[in-house]
Amino acid sequence: MVAFPLVTVAFAIETVDLTKDYSVGFWRKRPRRALDRLSLQVERGEVFGFLGPNGAGKTTTLKLLLQLVFPTAGRAQLLGCPLGDPAAKRRLGYLPEQPYFYDYLSAEELMDYFGGLFGLGLSERRRRTNALLDEVGIGAERRLQLRKFSKGMLQRVGIAQALLNEPELVILDEPMSGLDPLGRRDVRGLILRLRDRGCTVFFSSHVLSDAETLCSKVAILAKGCLVASGRLSDMLALQVRGWELVVADTPDALVAALGTRATRVVRIGEGRFSLELPLGAPPERMVAELAAAGAKLVSLTPLHETLEDFFVQRVGEGT
Amino acid sequence: MTSLGWIAVNGFRESVRDKVLYNLVAFAILLMGASLVLGQLTAGQDLKIIKDLGLSAMSIFGLFIAVFIGIGLVFKEVERRSIYNLLSKPIRRHEVVVGKYAGLVLTLTVNIVIMTVALYAVLAYVAWGENEFARQARETPALDPALLKAIALLLVQLMVVTAIALFFSTFSTPILSAALTFGVYVAGYFSADLRNIDQVVDSRLTQTLARGLYYTLPNLAPFDVASQAVHGLPITAGYMAVTIAYAIVYIAILLVAGSAVFSRREFK
Repeated sequence: MVAFPLVTVAFAIETVDLTKDYSVGFWRKRPRRALDRLSLQVERGEVFGFLGPNGAGKTTTLKLLLQLVFPTAGRAQLLGCPLGDPAAKRRLGYLPEQPYFYDYLSAEELMDYFGGLFGLGLSERRRRTNALLDEVGIGAERRLQLRKFSKGMLQRVGIAQALLNEPELVILDEPMSGLDPLGRRDVRGLILRLRDRGCTVFFSSHVLSDAETLCSKVAILAKGCLVASGRLSDMLALQVRGWELVVADTPDALVAALGTRATRVVRIGEGRFSLELPLGAPPERMVAELAAAGAKLVSLTPLHETLEDFFVQRVGEGT
Repeated sequence: MTSLGWIAVNGFRESVRDKVLYNLVAFAILLMGASLVLGQLTAGQDLKIIKDLGLSAMSIFGLFIAVFIGIGLVFKEVERRSIYNLLSKPIRRHEVVVGKYAGLVLTLTVNIVIMTVALYAVLAYVAWGENEFARQARETPALDPALLKAIALLLVQLMVVTAIALFFSTFSTPILSAALTFGVYVAGYFSADLRNIDQVVDSRLTQTLARGLYYTLPNLAPFDVASQAVHGLPITAGYMAVTIAYAIVYIAILLVAGSAVFSRREFK
């Protein structure tokens, strides 16, 4: 077997040809590939979005990284340590998808228990528990048994416990799941604060707007295969899909004549129109024609592809 | 406290919060009721019967706790997916198995200690009400310390049963684990019969199978010294030491095997 060279220091997460097959079938077991040769590098200090539709292999990847399942082939490292190394786990925070915690404990007791597993002393456990439960907005309910918590509250507790050890790397599996709009805003703020503290955040999601707001880099997975990976700005900046032209003092007849060349015409007010031009139609010519007819140019903006457009296109190609 | 200690204490807390200790109330009511009824029905034998009943009840209550909690120890963590979070903490998988085991042993120990106190309290109460004739006719003292030896071996036996239940729970469902554990428990009482099966059966295959089972299954009968304790027969320190040493070895093998299975298990 070929030994995979791994550069250990620079990356918070590094995977090389990471592959996972599950056995399916009752009598005749046959392998079903859940993850296919995933090679990924997540640099320290960045917020990395791990995207893909349901069943793409996101959770399988996270489970592989946490050694909840074992790879069929390939290798990976977390914070420069081999998978499963307690030294790496000591510097790692993890929020599973739809977390369940011991419902006979209160939020405070759960944090105390996990703090104990991290080897924290009593005063430190108390200090961090109070600070984190306040930060995620559970401070008032800290002594309530978790069986009385709503899904959103459990998600908040899950985030708090993932930060208990002041981790260098936080792995969040669908962190926005179950949260209301306020909760999502709070978590977005929290992720950005973690980034500002130098923490690496690796989160899986299928909510693209969250990734677009938070991530510096993303990877897109479809049917177990990596279909795109890189800096969000690089991925989307090059993909100009057209132009938006806003004009004022424009006669309706002129707009009707030019409208056939636009993909979309929206009347925004008296004499004001927004025209969307396709990439193949150079806007300069239309601007000149409009100006000659007495219309005033208000703005000309390139229309970039959104992450959603990019996602739909790449996932479509990958399936 | 070590990670193992934290897991054990959390397991104990789960048992307490799940109201497992409620069985103690049932035990106390059973003993008090028995002492009142037997005091009126029997002449001179009531203390002996209460001791017998007390030890049997401890054994049954303990067995139910050991099996029904033991089989769910690992299964519940996996089924409810709390294992994901637990294993993301800086612990090794064998610490989960051993920690969970230690937590249930702690629960059993607390149960047995409280039941022992209750048994001695009832014995003291009945002895206080005895007449002089009954007092002189007794073979053993009312508060016989030998009972503690029987109770200690009972606890050790329950520790073996817990290890069996936990071992099965590392790879099996609760129903199957319960069936297997009860099966091993019953077979463990007939271990001597398996050893002597060549005197009854001629089949070489059966003899080999029985010999294999004899060496594999735990021999639980030596832990049951209740009748010796009740009737004042000697239970030597040497016997206690050998029996406990056997249990320690058996438990260690089961925990190592359970940890090995659990370490290879995938949580899909």
